[in-house]
Amino acid sequence: MTVIARIKDQIENNSVVLYMKGTPDFPQCGFSGQSVQILNACQAKFMYVNIFEDAELREALKEYSNWPTYPQLYINGELVGGCDIIIDLYKKGELLTMLTAVGVVEA
Amino acid sequence: MTSEQIKQSLNDAFKPELLEIIDNSAAHAGHAGAKSGGGHYHVTIIAEAFEGKSLVQRHQLIYKALGDMMKQQIHALGINALSPSEETKGSL
Repeated sequence: MTVIARIKDQIENNSVVLYMKGTPDFPQCGFSGQSVQILNACQAKFMYVNIFEDAELREALKEYSNWPTYPQLYINGELVGGCDIIIDLYKKGELLTMLTAVGVVEA
Repeated sequence: MTSEQIKQSLNDAFKPELLEIIDNSAAHAGHAGAKSGGGHYHVTIIAEAFEGKSLVQRHQLIYKALGDMMKQQIHALGINALSPSEETKGSL
């Protein structure tokens, strides 16, 4: 499977995917850590990919999404954004609505 | 000086009504992401180009304008991108 096929497979077969530096338990960048905290605050179930463990994917996803930094949050196969968009949507209450709509948060 | 380069690139790309760049690099010196030398910056920009665009689209426009700078000089970029009509509503 090519790296692009792998990315598509991940974001199309999982409602919520967070591409991050490190893991939810041991984030290796403050922005990735904050993003995890917000998803946890929403009590959302999500898949994560530690981009440090996949150098090929790390570079390819930046090109695929036209988004040069991590973390990157995908909901239903669409790029939602990075950390400050996640924070912004969370403060407006929109993130919880989006997560509830895809069934990863119990309404 | 990277913040000057950011300013120039964004001025050229968007002809913004307002552009402010804050260099937060010092606050992050020494953490893992800063070792590669990339800085932390925060940009506030008001430009017509953002009218009717989603947050993701606004950020993508800015990343595109900065091009290769995002690969090396910039580790993290906080963005406040507004259109002039939003600015007058005071959503800053």
